[in-house]
Amino acid sequence: MDTESIATAIKTRFPEAILGSRIFRSELTLMVKRDYIVAVARFLKENQELDFNFLSDLCGVDRVETDDVFEVVYHLYSIQKNHRVRIKVPVPSEEPCIPTVTGIWKTADWHERETYDMFGIKFDGHPDLRKILTPEDFEGHPLRKDYPLDGRQPATLRDTYRKGEA
Amino acid sequence: MTINMGPQHPSTHGVLRLLLELDGEMIVKAVPHVGFLHRGVEKLAEYRTYHQCIPLTDRLDYVAPFSNNLAYALAVEKLLGIEVPERAQHIRVLLCELTRIASHLLWLATHALDIGAMTVFFYCFREREEIYDIFEMVSGARMHLSYIRVGGVSRDLPGGFLEKTRKFVSEFPSRLKEYETLLTDNPIWKKRTVDVGVISAEDAVDYGLSGPSLRGSGVSWDIRKAEPYSGYDKYHFTVPLGKKGDVYDRYRVRIEEMRQSNSIVHQALNLLPKGDFIARIPNITLPPKEDVETNMESMISHFKLIMHGIHPPRGEVYSSIEAPKGELGFYIVSDGSSKPYRLKIRPPSFVNLEALPKMVEGRLLPDVVATIGSLDIVLGEIDR
Repeated sequence: MDTESIATAIKTRFPEAILGSRIFRSELTLMVKRDYIVAVARFLKENQELDFNFLSDLCGVDRVETDDVFEVVYHLYSIQKNHRVRIKVPVPSEEPCIPTVTGIWKTADWHERETYDMFGIKFDGHPDLRKILTPEDFEGHPLRKDYPLDGRQPATLRDTYRKGEA
Repeated sequence: MTINMGPQHPSTHGVLRLLLELDGEMIVKAVPHVGFLHRGVEKLAEYRTYHQCIPLTDRLDYVAPFSNNLAYALAVEKLLGIEVPERAQHIRVLLCELTRIASHLLWLATHALDIGAMTVFFYCFREREEIYDIFEMVSGARMHLSYIRVGGVSRDLPGGFLEKTRKFVSEFPSRLKEYETLLTDNPIWKKRTVDVGVISAEDAVDYGLSGPSLRGSGVSWDIRKAEPYSGYDKYHFTVPLGKKGDVYDRYRVRIEEMRQSNSIVHQALNLLPKGDFIARIPNITLPPKEDVETNMESMISHFKLIMHGIHPPRGEVYSSIEAPKGELGFYIVSDGSSKPYRLKIRPPSFVNLEALPKMVEGRLLPDVVATIGSLDIVLGEIDR
């Protein structure tokens, strides 16, 4: 399917859920309302024509300064149909949470953990939402724009790593 | 009983830590812990110009740096909407496939060593060394090449490159046979790998596996065929597939991939056209070094590009390639400034590792070692 018909298919099924769409460099981006993400995701995977069975990537983008939101971005691919779509969901910065899609694509598990670790976005219903890349006692979310490049952890993380040792 | 495997364990291929809950010798639960090598590459990229990010990509999958350079450059080129000259595309494919062979050689060497076949290790490193000599000739570096530039490559191929590469390409198939003689029908090798670490095609897609780890389960998806980039549609090659999705299938797939890559390198050597090695687009691509030294305008352009960087339009792109380990994607969000607003890397190893517990739970402890080897993970790109 070409990008136009993918956009039309989703817009016809969920007219109330789509905030907007854009085609840039022949890539389709759809903005979806947070409450509809699971329904839209399930439709994208289970619809025979769309068949987005492969979740390529899931990540966050910090748009707090301009729009006061974080964006959760899903990159979907269909192995059979060989087409792609990008779904973007804005989540308010004061209460950054969104329903999980681990029930639809198992691979979302680690991606969501990483997004939680890097941006502090909570995924409701995630089976095991723990930090994944930063150490246990690490404070803050390093990919947020207000987190400084040179860090703000204690001068040494030795205490973190050597906890419990004599 | 719970045992802790890694982060300092030779068979975890880097700093991977596994918490294994055992019942006798059987694995009840496996929990991978990653992040020991987290360097904040995505954060660093937000503070660097587009050209300055290239060396960062080398250090992701450090056994296949050229693929990382390419994946990044393709994403930036897509964002800018520019074309790369034919010659540069051929050079890219040629080196990319040599990288795939080098990466698979390292995988085979260490995978075999983990399972106890030591000779293979020495054989593979012998050939890998030859490829690294070729890389050194081209870029001046053995591991972190940073040879690609936005719009092409940094300089033309040096004299003697074609002969050296031809020699390697003609000898390599007989070397591959040597490895296969040692392993493919070896009963010990088969006992350790057949029906071990099985994952079905359906599960493999659900877990987001890509590359040889996915094709071992029989799913035919190779980005070089599905969404050809850098002119891959001009080359003839087949995509090898497994059936059962066990360690042995993934082994067979990678061995055959080396053969196909060797053939692509051969075709690229024959097809290599004359022409520019980098596109000449003002304010975007770096002018060739000779021009910078002799021509005032080129020097100013070079200076401005280095000091101020490229200013791509506002927008976002996702571009992925078939790296040796699977789908390597770069998602770039541009706000119109000279630095990426957000750079997300989709590393194949990170996603492939996620399926490890699924493959080993209910199996024996030694199978973990074989299964990790068969996934071909690199912690540099998992932790970023």
